[in-house]
Amino acid sequence: MKIVQIDKSQWMEGIEKLKEAYRVYAPVKYESFHDFKALDKGEAPDFDFQNTRRSPKSVVYPQSEILFRYSLDKNSDEYGILKEEEKDKTPKAVFGIRPCDAYSFHLVKRNFDTEDYQDPYWLAEYNKSTFIGMACNAPCTTCFCTSAGTGPYDEQCLDALVVDAGDHYLVKLLSEKGEKLFEAAGWTTEAEASAESRIEELKSAAESKVTSTVNTDNLKKQKMLDLYEAPFWEEVAFSCINCGTCTYVCPTCWCFDIQDETSGKSGVRLRNWDSCMYPLFTLHASGHNPRGTKLDRVRQRFMHKLKYYVDKYDDGIQCVGCGRCVQSCPVNIDIRRVCNMMNSYDPETAMCEVTTV
Amino acid sequence: MQNPYYPFPVRIDEIITETEDKSLKTFKFVFLDPDDEKRFAYRAGQFAELSIPGLGEIPIGIASSPTEKGFVKFTVFKTGKVTSYLHAMKEGDIMGVRGPLGNSFPWDILEGKNVVIVGGGFAFTTLRSSIVHMIDPANRDKFKDIHVIYGARSPGMLLYKDELEAWAERDDLNMHITVDGTDDPNWKHNTGFVPAVAEQEAPKADDDTYAIVCGPPIMIKFTQPVLDNLGYKHDHIFMSLENRMKCGIGMCGHCNIGKEFVCKDGPVFTLDTLNQMPREY
Repeated sequence: MKIVQIDKSQWMEGIEKLKEAYRVYAPVKYESFHDFKALDKGEAPDFDFQNTRRSPKSVVYPQSEILFRYSLDKNSDEYGILKEEEKDKTPKAVFGIRPCDAYSFHLVKRNFDTEDYQDPYWLAEYNKSTFIGMACNAPCTTCFCTSAGTGPYDEQCLDALVVDAGDHYLVKLLSEKGEKLFEAAGWTTEAEASAESRIEELKSAAESKVTSTVNTDNLKKQKMLDLYEAPFWEEVAFSCINCGTCTYVCPTCWCFDIQDETSGKSGVRLRNWDSCMYPLFTLHASGHNPRGTKLDRVRQRFMHKLKYYVDKYDDGIQCVGCGRCVQSCPVNIDIRRVCNMMNSYDPETAMCEVTTV
Repeated sequence: MQNPYYPFPVRIDEIITETEDKSLKTFKFVFLDPDDEKRFAYRAGQFAELSIPGLGEIPIGIASSPTEKGFVKFTVFKTGKVTSYLHAMKEGDIMGVRGPLGNSFPWDILEGKNVVIVGGGFAFTTLRSSIVHMIDPANRDKFKDIHVIYGARSPGMLLYKDELEAWAERDDLNMHITVDGTDDPNWKHNTGFVPAVAEQEAPKADDDTYAIVCGPPIMIKFTQPVLDNLGYKHDHIFMSLENRMKCGIGMCGHCNIGKEFVCKDGPVFTLDTLNQMPREY
């Protein structure tokens, strides 16, 4: 595997060059937080952050997206017939994504790319994206990536991993896509032989800083209905206000709604992010609601991530440990605590271990 | 790549008002592109999203049978935004049908077996599809005894009345029609709730007999002990669920019950499977 070295003073030059062939997405600062954005010409990314406030899921999966257009003009030949929306085919370069967030695309892909159906919108955006990760040297206190199947230097879902090594970056090129991008940017200087051990050193240091963890070893063995009927959901859901912030900031939440929006005699069929925290999410036209209470909805969110998908894919939890929901929750519901409760639940005694993370 | 969100354009060919309260209408659609009919090859028990540009989509069970060619039929209860608009649409109007979706009744299991169909109210649509499929001359030999127990509140609320009468005349189909009550002196079928009729008319269970139960929750609740008494094992009872859904292809996340999506892993489940799932339907 190739490791290249980029002097920080050459960084912007390469990014500007890339903008000719790619839409370049990177974190920029808004007020007191960072978010991903498509960079304009001359605009620089800002890597002075621990993690972005929102996940980068919107780069591949916009919060609101046009699927089709239609005409309601009865005199038109196209009346009532949906037309596929033309999409921009420019490749995307996603800079500065944390390894945990990159891993989330792998988890979400299981939903959008199945044997029976492929979601053409999500997959087109995903396939044209090159993910340039930024290794995490200073994890947050809310991070628990190392016990959620990933880590601050996790390479598994990246095309390249950038490591901040002081006055320069060291970059591990992890795929052909990544190599191509770095060539296009003119970043080709091979790093010295010591680079690999330097990266390993920084990696161990970073991993040791992730001190909060979740226990997941028992989730698969737990009976689904035992967990579903556990009494602790009353307590977990008590303070929830069903605001949906957790699902909004979560990199592995993908649920969406489909709506038609008409203006005059034409309109669009849109899909918009949706949230299982809202009562409307499951409301039948008859008025019946299978998840009519807040407890039902809070339980759904945690069971989905920490049990249903553990059973469905047999590949760990549907959570990457980014800690955003922990940071953003207005009533301090902590997924680490809930995960540990689910993991330690004993149906015989209806008791679980409550940790104080 | 085929876009699974794209509805096939269709023309409303015929609209039939099914019930005396006019809350149920059957829509017969013809595909604008005849090739789309082949792309829409379906099995009884599947559903589709009916798409009305400007209003949205609704998941509705397919009421026509795969043996009926040249059209596809849906019976729709007027209840929400899209269904209300659909009820006001006219023959000749253009709209969309997206599908077929879902898993269907398990025809590979049911072939060679006795089939007992228990239906109530307007949940009879995919059951009609199944009956028409099974009694088709090309298929009837593939099944042993077929029992159908179907009921509605009153004679005027029964779906597909002409067909019901024709089926009642057949000797290769045990047809039991019932209504909760009627003041019609000429009513020649049963009077009484579906579970009570099932108790008298449904055959005893054996390994070769499968039940399909679709109806309102109250009917399902009281039919269950009847089937239990007759000895039906829970993996021999099939039910079709409904949940709010958007995509119909297991992606939007709306209709999940535990790890199953009603749209893709269902809508048909064995009672055995349902017993292992949360009651979120």
